[in-house]
Amino acid sequence: MKELLKVKGLKTYFYTYEGVVKALEGINFDIYKGESIGLVGETGCGKSVTALSIMRLIQWPPGKIIEGEITLDGKDLLKISEEEMRNIRGAEISMIFQEPMSSLNPVFTIGSQITEAITLHQEVNKKEAEKRSLDMLNLVRMPDAEKVLKQYPHELSGGMQQRAMIAMALSCKPSLLIADEPTTALDVTVQAQILDLIQELNEEIDSSMLLITHDLGVVAQVCDRVAVMYAGYIVEIGTVKQIFKNPYHPYTKGLMYAIPKIHVETKRLEVIRGVVPNLITPPSGCRFHPRCDHAMDVCKKKAPPTVKVEEGHYVACFLHGGVK
Amino acid sequence: MKLRDYIIRRLVLLIPILIGVTLLTFTISHVIPADVARHFAGGAKANPETIARIREEMHLDEPLYKQYGYYLNDLFHGDLGECYTERRPVTEAIKQYLPATAELTIIAMILAIFIGIITGVVSAVKRNSWIDHVTRLIAITGVSMPIFWLALMLQLAFAYKYPILPLDSRLGIGVVAPNHITGLYVFDSLVTGNFTALKSSIYHLILPSITLSFASLAIILRITRSSMLEIVRSDYIRTARAKGLRERTVIYKHALRNALIPTITVAGINFAYLLGGAVLTETIFNWPGMGRFAVAAVNNLDFPSVMGFTLLAAIVMVTANLIVDLLYSVLDPRVRLGD
Repeated sequence: MKELLKVKGLKTYFYTYEGVVKALEGINFDIYKGESIGLVGETGCGKSVTALSIMRLIQWPPGKIIEGEITLDGKDLLKISEEEMRNIRGAEISMIFQEPMSSLNPVFTIGSQITEAITLHQEVNKKEAEKRSLDMLNLVRMPDAEKVLKQYPHELSGGMQQRAMIAMALSCKPSLLIADEPTTALDVTVQAQILDLIQELNEEIDSSMLLITHDLGVVAQVCDRVAVMYAGYIVEIGTVKQIFKNPYHPYTKGLMYAIPKIHVETKRLEVIRGVVPNLITPPSGCRFHPRCDHAMDVCKKKAPPTVKVEEGHYVACFLHGGVK
Repeated sequence: MKLRDYIIRRLVLLIPILIGVTLLTFTISHVIPADVARHFAGGAKANPETIARIREEMHLDEPLYKQYGYYLNDLFHGDLGECYTERRPVTEAIKQYLPATAELTIIAMILAIFIGIITGVVSAVKRNSWIDHVTRLIAITGVSMPIFWLALMLQLAFAYKYPILPLDSRLGIGVVAPNHITGLYVFDSLVTGNFTALKSSIYHLILPSITLSFASLAIILRITRSSMLEIVRSDYIRTARAKGLRERTVIYKHALRNALIPTITVAGINFAYLLGGAVLTETIFNWPGMGRFAVAAVNNLDFPSVMGFTLLAAIVMVTANLIVDLLYSVLDPRVRLGD
């Protein structure tokens, strides 16, 4: 498969009053054309920072992309001008956010917010853009689409708001859709509908998707591949089947054990001991070592390199190689 | 239809408010230990017969509730009583003085709102830059500086040390006032094409309007800055950026529209400040408006005039609040009036 987006050695830091938060410590991954890749990990591990870095929407101050490469179709997004980047945002790469209510501007109608995105990136007049907005709303199966165009965000339910966000994000047929926890704020039943919708539309317009979530169930349902993040690193990456069937990294294993199983009776849920580290003063070496049951001396000293364990399956752990 | 009903309802509510205001001012002006009749008869050495006659003429010998009854009765007939100092109906005096105050406060309000909002936005966008520091310094000065002190300093600087601006009332000596249309000189002279008067009236407005607007400007600036700072970090601004909008559109379309909601509230409340400030400003700048008229009335125990002034101030306040509420519904679709 051909790569659409390549992230190489991406480092993003936040310079706060308390100190430098090393949110991303050199992450590498590719997104292939037409695939869905899941990015999973605990809150604060750098998932959203990854997404915002790709969009170049890290706000300075306090955040800054320190180094790395993000190439989209061979073009390094970190080297192009702000204006070129603006033409990519919303057109080539677009984004859906976690909280649809707060992600839509409360004082503009749904119609005007979608139309704005269309007229910005496409050579169409206002009337045509409005027609396309309506088409988009119908595409995301918005009930009463014509009426919704003239409505304000607060007049819609959470699910409808997220449908509107999806319509807006897909209105310019992006080649990459970044969905940052798109269903976290929604009811479980609505969650399933929205996920189905995203997946279906994504296939229809043939775009790739980066799905950020902390819900492994969502990943299993929607994604082709999955990358597991821990404290600013990607610790394991592979196909959904590889990761779920045969996790290598102790952290990924921990995550898998923590999923309650419907056919096994358990008194207590499995947990990963300890807490997510503070990224201002992260643990030395492998950032997972204080919580790892298999930690060795080398783990405290240096960060493990990413090694290939099978075709398309990579892991960053000394248990699986990299010790000299 | 609903909006019209809402406006009518709010205007009807004006009646009890105004009755309350008259009751308060009437009570206050009649319980303070001052003998109005003696004052008008000539003071301490007045002839007792004259005092008695005046007391009877002005109904001052009757019980308070009866006096209040007379007052209300007159009020319903559009009569605010007789202005003691100027020996003419209070309504006539108001008609003469109101345009000067209206002109001054309107200009001051426009200055405060426009400069306040623009500097507030710039200050928030360029947070922690030198522009922001200077703006914040101006804001804190504006909020803490007494209005009369600012007026005196401005006079000292621009009328005395460097005499570039006039201090003599509303027009220069020898400049004929424009034909009366609204009584607002700037407006009238513009409409009638009287450019000598236009220039002179604008010159005369500069110092008083700066003085009057400064405190409100500072408050509007601060509230705009802080609400902008909050809003530029919000999720929907991130969405706007993620769409690929240019920063200018993000700030002036998506953020400002939301930031203006608290600003409008503060601007409305500040209208009251401006009326209070007008009393000081007009006195210091010798501005022939309602404020100076009110001060003269208080000094002369001219209660009908004082009450006329407070009544007018109350009407302006309530109307300003109504306008703010109407603007709310325009700016924020979540606010529904008349439901």
